[in-house]
Amino acid sequence: MTNEVTAAVPAIELRGIVKRFPGVVANDGVDLVVRSGTIHAIVGENGSGKSTLMKTLYGAHRPDEGEIRLHDEVVTFKSPRDAIARGIGMVFQHFMLADNLTVWENIVLGDEPGSKGFLDRKQAVRTLNDLGRRYGLRVNPNSYVSDLGVGDKQRVEILKVLYRGARIIILDEPTAVLVPQEVDELFASLKTLTAEGVTVIFISHKLDEVRAVADHITVIRAGRTVGEVRAHDVTARQLAEMMVGRDLPRPEPRADKPSDQIELQIENVSVAGIGAVPAVDGVSLTIHCGEVVGVAGVEGNGQSELLDVIMGLRPLQTGRISLAGKSLERLSTKDRRNAGIGYIPEDRHKDGVCLPAPLWENVMLGHQGSQPFSVRGWINRIAARTTTKRIIKEYDVRTPSVDVAAIALSGGNQQKLIVGREMTAGPSVLIAAHPTRGVDVGAQGAIWDYIRVARTKGLAVLLISADLEELLALSDTLVVMLRGRIVATVNPATVTIAELGAYMTGASNGSEAA
Amino acid sequence: MNGTLMARIRGALLAPAIAVAVSVVVSSLALLISGNSPIAALRAMFDYVTTTASLVTIINRAAPLYVVSLGVAIGFKMNLFNIGADGQYRLAALIAAGASSAFSLPRPLHIAAVMIIATLVGAAWAAIPGILKVTRNVNEVISTIMLNYVATGVSAYLLVNYMRNDNVANVAETKSVPKSAQLPSLNGFFENFGFHFPRLSVLNGFLPIAILVGILFYLLIWRTRFGFDLRITGASPAAARSSGVSPKSMIVKTIMISGGLAGLAATGFLLTEFTKYNETFPLGLPFTGIAVALLGRNHPAGVALASFAWMGIEQASRGLLEEKIPPEISKILLGTLLISSVISFEVVRRRNLTQTIKHAAHAVPGGLSSGGPPPAEPTTTGATS
Repeated sequence: MTNEVTAAVPAIELRGIVKRFPGVVANDGVDLVVRSGTIHAIVGENGSGKSTLMKTLYGAHRPDEGEIRLHDEVVTFKSPRDAIARGIGMVFQHFMLADNLTVWENIVLGDEPGSKGFLDRKQAVRTLNDLGRRYGLRVNPNSYVSDLGVGDKQRVEILKVLYRGARIIILDEPTAVLVPQEVDELFASLKTLTAEGVTVIFISHKLDEVRAVADHITVIRAGRTVGEVRAHDVTARQLAEMMVGRDLPRPEPRADKPSDQIELQIENVSVAGIGAVPAVDGVSLTIHCGEVVGVAGVEGNGQSELLDVIMGLRPLQTGRISLAGKSLERLSTKDRRNAGIGYIPEDRHKDGVCLPAPLWENVMLGHQGSQPFSVRGWINRIAARTTTKRIIKEYDVRTPSVDVAAIALSGGNQQKLIVGREMTAGPSVLIAAHPTRGVDVGAQGAIWDYIRVARTKGLAVLLISADLEELLALSDTLVVMLRGRIVATVNPATVTIAELGAYMTGASNGSEAA
Repeated sequence: MNGTLMARIRGALLAPAIAVAVSVVVSSLALLISGNSPIAALRAMFDYVTTTASLVTIINRAAPLYVVSLGVAIGFKMNLFNIGADGQYRLAALIAAGASSAFSLPRPLHIAAVMIIATLVGAAWAAIPGILKVTRNVNEVISTIMLNYVATGVSAYLLVNYMRNDNVANVAETKSVPKSAQLPSLNGFFENFGFHFPRLSVLNGFLPIAILVGILFYLLIWRTRFGFDLRITGASPAAARSSGVSPKSMIVKTIMISGGLAGLAATGFLLTEFTKYNETFPLGLPFTGIAVALLGRNHPAGVALASFAWMGIEQASRGLLEEKIPPEISKILLGTLLISSVISFEVVRRRNLTQTIKHAAHAVPGGLSSGGPPPAEPTTTGATS
């Protein structure tokens, strides 16, 4: 909270932070040094452990190993309240504001000025105006939050943590929700903040942005610190390489070749986004029997919407989707599944399984209308249990029985159950979205093998992933999605990581013959 | 297998046992504060309620309550709150009463026809909030509550203008339901087995209908694909949608079944003791049904127990009058029973959930997946309510 910190003593120092969750090590020895009065970016792919690290720093949970030093003093945060008391504030990606209250009401909420139970509105507005002037964060204190734009709401969030005395502010992917002009305004505000001695920690996976705004960048990969660089000395390509690693696995040479028969064809598909910008913009993909087409890209570039539109969960704006020459556009999700699409959803807990239901019910999920699970509308419990037992055995799902609720299984076992369920239905197309996200290494290897088996069996596989290693290990053809478009088609056997990084971040355009 | 079954029964009874204990303690405190003896009160209630006449009254009232509560429960199963059972029940009672005398059929068919009419009226009225929800995203809690008021107005209008019995001058009421549409009493049936009914005590013929509805409810929810879709939609809407369930169609179908059961429940009174619709026709039932569905955990067996217990406590409160104890104590008993059971069910559910996860975690690394100790019991055989 004091301003007397000398430049020599870092504002925050993390040493050897380890945080384990059941089945996963989210942080595996992270070191971080954040100098006072600077903007420090933390970059890494989704699932690399950035958010876990920030939650540790914010007191949302305690690390299993390692120490946190604040101004050279070892601290332990039992809860975010402790972190706030020590001057650490966090601005979340999803705003936590009450729309029906004014700006000043939102900011003082929980820490109201006044006495004897009366609220001192004048004092609140005055403090707020002072803060706004000092840090260059102008918002009308009397506006209702519901009337504000996204950029203003973010400023309110930042003012809220400053009002509580924060001198270190953590911003979790602050630009994800902003349009380019708002991003520029935010960056200007951040510079003003640091000029006033505030320390900013900026979490992102947008490489060009962090290079523009940060003083220092720490790269995290697979729960470990890869290194720290000065933002001025590094290129986007170098950062991309650090993020995804240099040693790329190459697809194992495969004996069989994909057939010439087109199984899934996506032609010029567009999906409406928020506002005028389409979420998916004229995407075309052709997947042959026995072929894995991988889709790479930074998340949020239209991959989820593409999945939804293929599965019939979101309306198609324009374009055509066909399965073995048969048009799918008018079919319901159920009919598309019945037509032979197996689906591994990107959010396992939300879309993939029904957590409180037992495994044998989860195995019916998505196939409840077909044999052997139901006959003329009646559920066949015996068949469901038998099939579940078979899947548990064949796909090595570790569980005490078919009757336990899916929530009791580890992520890897849930995912193996989902893969087993989808493959057992005998599909001709497999749509796999982030199939190994958040699963342990053992399950990851197994799931990759199952996908290879699917390919060998002649399924057309669409693989959407943020894990480049996974994409390169499995894909026959790899495309890159950026801002809703396919910006590149590359050969996974020859592409370099620098090229991929450049396509993913928009640093380069164009196509390479596959 | 036996061990797990016993564990399951024990688990199922733990929460209600806690709830009953808490509510008895709270009511006893209230009695002590008001200067009455809890023991005398409990004895008075018990003595009053265990007479055959009381039991017959309780069953007669619990059977329609059971059906209306199952209607509420099926909505709860997929997080759909049909607070409009009142309107669905009211309109069904009126229209079924009016329609029953408009045609004649031999007895079993006439009864069935009136029941079908009541069910369809309830379902049709419930379809309105369902359609509003899926087409205009109107919250069903608001729309069903408001439609209750509309139903009150519509039923008054229909009664006065179209369905009134003109032979009665002062009272607005429908004609009586013809004899051929009335459910027979069950006294004769039970007398065959040596039961004796006190004078004026009539066991209504709606009981077998309610039992049948309970069995069908169980089969529908736990044995059919529709029930599977419904439970998954309730427990995990996104997973249901990804699996190909159409949420819109599920919402409309479920709320219509819910309304249909509310309508059917009305015939439990209309075709038995109250053969016409007028201002004495019992109307409070559907709101009680919401509490009973909660108390019975949306399970047909639980709801059956809850209906019987609820009506039993209401009936027992009359015994308090004879002891000069304020009968309102039964309201305290019912209120605390409801609150404490909702809380204890949740506590027990969470405890079981952590246990399940722990057991599964223990069972797996040790390789106990086959031939080991009995597996942890799932928190639910189906999706949670």
